Amino acid sequence: MTAPLLQVNDLRVTIGGNPVVDGVSFHVSQGEILSLVGESGCGKSMTAFSVMGLLPKVARVAGGSINLGGKNMLTLPERERRRMRGNEFAMIFQEPVASLNPLMKIGHQIEESLVVHRGLNGKSARKAAIAMLEEVGIPEPEIRFGQYPFELSGGMCQRAMIAMALICQPRLLIADEPTTALDVTIQAQILELMKRLRDETGTAILLITHDMGVVADMADRVAVMYAGRVVEEAPVDALFARQEHPYTRLLLSTIPRLDDEPKSILPTIEGLVPDIGQWPVGCRFNPRCPLADKPCLESQPPLAARSDQGNAACWHADRVGEIA
Amino acid sequence: MSDILLSVRDLKVHFPIRGGLLGRPAGWVKAVDGVDLDIRRGESVALVGESGCGKSTLGAAVLGMITPSAGSITFEGKPIVHGLAATRRSLSRDVQIVFQDPVSALNPKLTIGESIAEPLHIQHVGSAAERKERVAELLKMVGLHPQHADRKPNAFSGGQRQRIVIARALALNPKLLILDEPVSALDVSIRSQILNLLLELQQRLGLSYLFISHDLSVVRHFADKVAVMYLGHLVETGPTTTVFANPVHPYTEALLSAVPLPDPVLQRQRRRIVLKGDLPSPANPPKGCKFVTRCPLAESICHETQPPLMSVGAERLAACHIRAPAT
Repeated sequence: MTAPLLQVNDLRVTIGGNPVVDGVSFHVSQGEILSLVGESGCGKSMTAFSVMGLLPKVARVAGGSINLGGKNMLTLPERERRRMRGNEFAMIFQEPVASLNPLMKIGHQIEESLVVHRGLNGKSARKAAIAMLEEVGIPEPEIRFGQYPFELSGGMCQRAMIAMALICQPRLLIADEPTTALDVTIQAQILELMKRLRDETGTAILLITHDMGVVADMADRVAVMYAGRVVEEAPVDALFARQEHPYTRLLLSTIPRLDDEPKSILPTIEGLVPDIGQWPVGCRFNPRCPLADKPCLESQPPLAARSDQGNAACWHADRVGEIA
Repeated sequence: MSDILLSVRDLKVHFPIRGGLLGRPAGWVKAVDGVDLDIRRGESVALVGESGCGKSTLGAAVLGMITPSAGSITFEGKPIVHGLAATRRSLSRDVQIVFQDPVSALNPKLTIGESIAEPLHIQHVGSAAERKERVAELLKMVGLHPQHADRKPNAFSGGQRQRIVIARALALNPKLLILDEPVSALDVSIRSQILNLLLELQQRLGLSYLFISHDLSVVRHFADKVAVMYLGHLVETGPTTTVFANPVHPYTEALLSAVPLPDPVLQRQRRRIVLKGDLPSPANPPKGCKFVTRCPLAESICHETQPPLMSVGAERLAACHIRAPAT
């Protein structure tokens, strides 16, 4: 087996001394879609920013390693990283309209990385950018090329951003909530597009989302994060069929399903996501967990092999099925 | 007494586009263009559709915040006269709204007790002591501690703030609550808590809900009836379970198929209808059926005339030349 394209090991990120990502490990292979799932504040976006080398100034990598295509991203000089960013790996963000430069024509934003990374000149870059716009399903690409972001709808901007991310055919695409701000019919278009690109080019995708429907639709594998740590990780079918961490199980059970009894009382997760800097001692889920007992209050469970495939970090992994 | 609480008839809300000659409008955005809708006592009606379809404008018209261009809204049999301060004031006793984002819906400088008591103040309800008691009662009702009334909003989480917004909406004992995406801004693990609270309050207080949402699995769980809106028009209405099990209008069908199910095995077996293109601009809608530019079934008649809502089963209506032809 070949080494995975992206290997993150024991990554630690702090903001003002408080951990926000606390020992996260995962890998993504070529052509694979890994979903990173969790609620706000669990550290999923900070993990993605670390891989990109785009952490906000207040955040600091405190340990671990990020290996992308054989290079350690954390020790690589910024000059080298800049050469890779937008070229070997690229990112699309949640708010397409806010992430595009409002003063720059769509087409120029897309061809920029071709000019910078591939040294293409005006004409051939323009041709490639128009072809890419067409590829992502934007009608009348020649006209759109010369328009500004405000002239495009949200779905169209998101497609333009995907075109921008994919123009250099990156080996890894990081998508941070790429469809959260979009309507469902546009979401369907974007998800189909991402799947097609993966199938055609073998691009690996790290898909960050909180929508379990999108996970079920897109992911090959899923890593669930809670309070800065991966608490469970498994192939998508195995994870939805059987959960060995109470948080995963409860998260899945609280979503209304299209086949449940209308107006029935939904299961809930008691309490709140703990704030950064106030993570509980022991298992961080213990204040909200129906299975919590003494060991859970004292020490943090390690990520251990699940009974089938994948890993889970729970002292009572074998009893998670008892939670109704 | 009729059990119909709210009745909307042929409602139109058109907004002028500025920039025409001599200050005349250059055109009209037909945000809501001929909508009929009834809500019974104790009933939840969901309004679904994509952004820009007019669902929030319709909600604002029901609240009395926007003056319709044509049509009528009656509440408990009495017509709502828009634009009168007195109407607004009496209507706000009966109709209240819960917004999507609880953070911006609360004044950060007021304690939550003051925020919840504000509607009582404005309507001159009760003495100071009675209002204080009512605030405590409301906080308990939404699952918060009455002792927390003197805290500011920043002491609360998103889910708790949404509870506070709900408490404020309930202060005047309204009969109808407009819920505009009430859980969309909340974390997944908190959503079910708020949905359960809303269901419980409805049972206890006999409330009616106009539920505006784009999350179809929540709509399916929550609403008795669903009205699907597209470019200012209703294209399909009916009981939620039957509409979801067997959609008639191709737009409803596409919308339902576009929602990914949280089940990878099921999801792989589904056939997703991917609509082409975006919602056309409401300032320049297509002629004929408004859905014609994206419809996989469109024929020549669809480009010519707009289909009327036809009966397609028990309490069900759909507007489609192909699937629900006029007889």
